[in-house]
Amino acid sequence: MSSTRAAPAPPRHRPAPERGRRGADDRRLTWRNRLYRFDMRYMPYLMIAPFFLLFIVFGLFPLLFNAVVSLRNYRLDDPTLPYWAGVENFSRLFADEDFWNALYNTFGIFLLSTVPQLLLALLVASLLNRQLRAQTWWRVGVLLPYVTPIVASTMVFSVFFSRDFGMANWALGLLGIGGADDPIDWRADKLHAWIAIATMVNWKWIGYNALLYLAAMQSIPRDVYEAAAIDGAGQWKQLWRITVPMIQPVVVFTVILSTIGGLQLFTEPMLFDPNAQAATGGPNGEWQTIAQLIYKVGWKDLNLGYAAAMSWALFLIILVVAGINYLLTNRLSGGRK
Amino acid sequence: MSVAAPPAAPPAPRKRRAMARAPQETPAGFWTYLLLAVSMLFAAFPLYWMFVIATSNDEALAKLPPAIVPSDRFLTNVDEVFSLQDVYFAASLVNSVIVSTLVTASVLFFCSLAGFAFAKLRFKGSGALMLFVVLTLTVPNQLGIVALYIVMGKLGWNGTLLAVIAPGLVTAFGVFYMRQFIVNTVPDELIESARVDGATTMRVYATIVLPAIRPALAVLGLLTFVATWNDFQWPLITLSGTDYPTSMVAISDLASGNYVIYRRVLAGAFIATVPLLLMLFIGGRQIVRGIMEGAVKS
Repeated sequence: MSSTRAAPAPPRHRPAPERGRRGADDRRLTWRNRLYRFDMRYMPYLMIAPFFLLFIVFGLFPLLFNAVVSLRNYRLDDPTLPYWAGVENFSRLFADEDFWNALYNTFGIFLLSTVPQLLLALLVASLLNRQLRAQTWWRVGVLLPYVTPIVASTMVFSVFFSRDFGMANWALGLLGIGGADDPIDWRADKLHAWIAIATMVNWKWIGYNALLYLAAMQSIPRDVYEAAAIDGAGQWKQLWRITVPMIQPVVVFTVILSTIGGLQLFTEPMLFDPNAQAATGGPNGEWQTIAQLIYKVGWKDLNLGYAAAMSWALFLIILVVAGINYLLTNRLSGGRK
Repeated sequence: MSVAAPPAAPPAPRKRRAMARAPQETPAGFWTYLLLAVSMLFAAFPLYWMFVIATSNDEALAKLPPAIVPSDRFLTNVDEVFSLQDVYFAASLVNSVIVSTLVTASVLFFCSLAGFAFAKLRFKGSGALMLFVVLTLTVPNQLGIVALYIVMGKLGWNGTLLAVIAPGLVTAFGVFYMRQFIVNTVPDELIESARVDGATTMRVYATIVLPAIRPALAVLGLLTFVATWNDFQWPLITLSGTDYPTSMVAISDLASGNYVIYRRVLAGAFIATVPLLLMLFIGGRQIVRGIMEGAVKS
């Protein structure tokens, strides 16, 4: 180990006690002692160093540097602008119709995806929370959407939701909705586009969340159910009155996770658009999300400064919404106080 | 408990009245299986249909009722995807393998190393540093994406695979997960006795910690590989329009343009999905366990 030579070898006899003696001991230190001391004292730092170095350079620094960029004129197509922009990027944000439209879309899709997603996950989890034959295979099965690339599944759903020969319209036609003469154009108005995109998000994450719930359900003590059964609570009542309150921490966790993920939705709205490269989310921005708008402003309009300001706005929005959802879920899922 | 007690009666005070059973002890009935089968159908159908379109001709997408069984043009479609000049599909698969493998190996090594240090070694500031790791768990990394692009520009890495590899090399989740696992599974006595025998910290890591955390490495490795393979936004930003796309970027290239040929897009998508389906098939048990363990600990 070559680094032993470089080590400053502080004169301490043993590493465990914090106070050592300086002086005569130093001479008697053999090479092996030095190695040992280095190993005990500095090796832990060397072991965590790669993580912190890489994380700071490629994770933390960009996050902080983003704040600087947001206060600058950073246009890839026009480097002649004055260096600092002050709060111009932020004040522009408030008057930007595209931003408010994207915010509206993001929340619309978020609501349509999170609520059904978590409710259905709860149902699937309670189905899986039985003694099942081939238990592992059912659990693996619900993860099929989780491992499928969103890029791939979004392309399938894109075809699925096409107006003229889409399977969604065909199936709805069988139920008497729309039909061949009056097909639904899923890309023509906000609500339909939101529903289509929310369907993709729901499909992807129901199984994953179901496994999170299942893990928590399995650790609920049996006697709680015994007491409930004696009180005459049926299965449905047990689910809502016992299971959900008992797994409340995980419910809150999944709500926070879906908030963080849902508000950053990018791939689905991007590729739902046949003209994906434009990143407009439909001809009139019917389903353009904030993450998509950030991409468009930064890499299509080449205005990185403004895109950075938008990222900060998104960050704050996520913080606020996650906080609200935290409080809300705590209430609704009725945790034991 | 007398010795003469019948073997059927368990020694613990277990009451096995049918009414009072917890759900996880109730055998699933017909309706449970039926509903589960329906859920499975919903989960699998888009994948199946991806394959159907990937094997069809253009007419299959222009008729009602829609095609529901695979046709025989899979190899034709695949051949077309691979021979498209400016999509680089074959190269993109290789790139995805390179990126995902390097990122996974790096995450496993650096995160288990740091996780071991945080779990079992005593050093000044370890508490505060671990707190830092936990706090960064919740920060969405997408938020620094603009600045990351500028940083990569300064390094001259934009448009190269380095730009997608570097940010993935370590994850806070990896360190957190490894620390938890090592705290719970590697006994202190084992480490102490190795120390008495004169083993260095790295030797303890290699001979005691690594063998003990193999299951956790499998879980973290699978989850990291899947996430890296499927990553789209950052690769799109930095690799789009270059000769080095990842497979996700290449598929999005297939899907852009005035006239999108979906049988090609979905043939490409299917090829890029197969490796992950294989991983789920082989390592499904580990992936399930990883997700479920993560839930209980969080």
